[in-house]
Amino acid sequence: MEKKSKLQILTNGFIKENPVLVLVIGTCPTLALSTQAINGIGMGLSVLFVLTCSNIFISALKKVIPDTVRIPCYIVVIAAFVTIVQLVISAFFPSLNDSLGVYIPLIVVNCIILGRAEMFANKNSVIDSALDGIGMGIGYTIALTLMGCIRELLGNGTLFGVTVTANVITPMTIMTMAPGGFLTFGVMIAIVNKITKGKVREKQQNKCLGCPGSAFCSEKEEGGEQ
Amino acid sequence: MSIKHQNLVVSAAPHVNNPVDTAVIMRDVCIALVPALAWSIYIFGFRALLLTAVCMCASVFFEWAVRRIMHRDSSTIKDWSAAVTGMILAFNLPVGLPLWMAIVGCFVAIVIVKQLFGGLGQNFANPAIVARIALFVGFAGKMAEWSVTGKMAAAILNASPDAITGPTPLALLAKGAEVPNNAQMFLGFINGSMGEISAAALIIGGLYLVFRKVISPAIPLSYMATVAVLALCFGLDPIFQLCAGGVMLGAIFMATDYVTSPITTAGKIIFGIGCGVFTMLIRQFGAYPEGASFAILLMNILTPHIDNWTKTKLNGVEKGGKK
Repeated sequence: MEKKSKLQILTNGFIKENPVLVLVIGTCPTLALSTQAINGIGMGLSVLFVLTCSNIFISALKKVIPDTVRIPCYIVVIAAFVTIVQLVISAFFPSLNDSLGVYIPLIVVNCIILGRAEMFANKNSVIDSALDGIGMGIGYTIALTLMGCIRELLGNGTLFGVTVTANVITPMTIMTMAPGGFLTFGVMIAIVNKITKGKVREKQQNKCLGCPGSAFCSEKEEGGEQ
Repeated sequence: MSIKHQNLVVSAAPHVNNPVDTAVIMRDVCIALVPALAWSIYIFGFRALLLTAVCMCASVFFEWAVRRIMHRDSSTIKDWSAAVTGMILAFNLPVGLPLWMAIVGCFVAIVIVKQLFGGLGQNFANPAIVARIALFVGFAGKMAEWSVTGKMAAAILNASPDAITGPTPLALLAKGAEVPNNAQMFLGFINGSMGEISAAALIIGGLYLVFRKVISPAIPLSYMATVAVLALCFGLDPIFQLCAGGVMLGAIFMATDYVTSPITTAGKIIFGIGCGVFTMLIRQFGAYPEGASFAILLMNILTPHIDNWTKTKLNGVEKGGKK
């Protein structure tokens, strides 16, 4: 793998390898939580914190963790940070805690965090892993908040809880329901594809990297053929 | 001088040519919808014509615009399919719906359901049905507001001009109130979505389509028969259930959409029965008073599987054998 600069590692997650819109991992909380913009920020920052900390820890411990039981080890590290986040949110932001609900504890099994641990942190240095975690976390936050803004504006007529269009035009409630989530998600993926001209996949050195299952796929080790 | 100029056509087989193309079929569907349109103008007044015109224009515009944006051939507006979608969508809306909501519906139908999936022939579900459901779920209040706008309507539907909204027969039935008699139901002296009120006018259009061989009667007949049989099973009046809500419009004009219904006759009958079963199940046990559009959408999604089950057996091929 060719060496990337620190800045590249950081900005990689923004658009080029955006975890949600390009790698298409961690879609379940994305679809469920992007009904409101504020949810997107809350969830995004929680993931950003957990991802950065777990990337640092896993990267630092990569020599210690035996290869055969690495996934359980990652889960333990991730779960520890998720617990911290959950306690902090429920202590200081009870309303956010209510609206995020079960999705905070579910960060433990979020594909993005496990995926980045497997794809990046266990191969790279601590600093690189931290930058990757921050970048991916920011990318996730951007995607979720943007989706939340679109769905909240169209489906509820508000933005961050402030009424924008609700008293002018009747909001289309379907946008805050599941169909609206899939619709917004699909359109955003299409737009990102258009911006990056669909070249992201081709540029990846490891063909498997774009695959959502790459974190757990055994063929990756043998350089599987997509 | 080229061969063409001598009226000689050199081509590969088959040589039998049928002049019927998409545009001819779609124009026939438009003609078949005219009786129902005329009836709804008679009942609801000028607003019905306006709503239909707006939906047709918006659909054709979206078809043209989105194909231009996607760098595809935008001459497909000439095949009338977008116009038919707009017309059928208008028939599915309450006549008093704000026009911008109708335009949102056209956007859903043409851009999201039809063009994003690849245009005519590639859509997984009937565009008009998905648009109706999107509006129904999205603007629940407005879509269930059955305003009586025409003066004629106020007189015929026994509503005083002050009270400008009246429930549909199915809503009356759900509330346990007195429902219109079967003659009123059949002829269309009832309230409801713009184009679905008169069973008689829709049947005239349906007969025209069957006569012109545009549609096969398999789906409408199996759909209606299933509704009637299930109505009897549930102890309801079958004629009322057939004439109420969207069954007639759905069975004749929406379930028979070529793209989203099975190919073989056996498949069509399965499709019609499925539509009937789900319509009656939703009416009887669901939260909504009407389920025709949901039933047809569900069967649209099952269509590829039905096509798979009812594959025609090739002559001379053994069961389970290879070609």
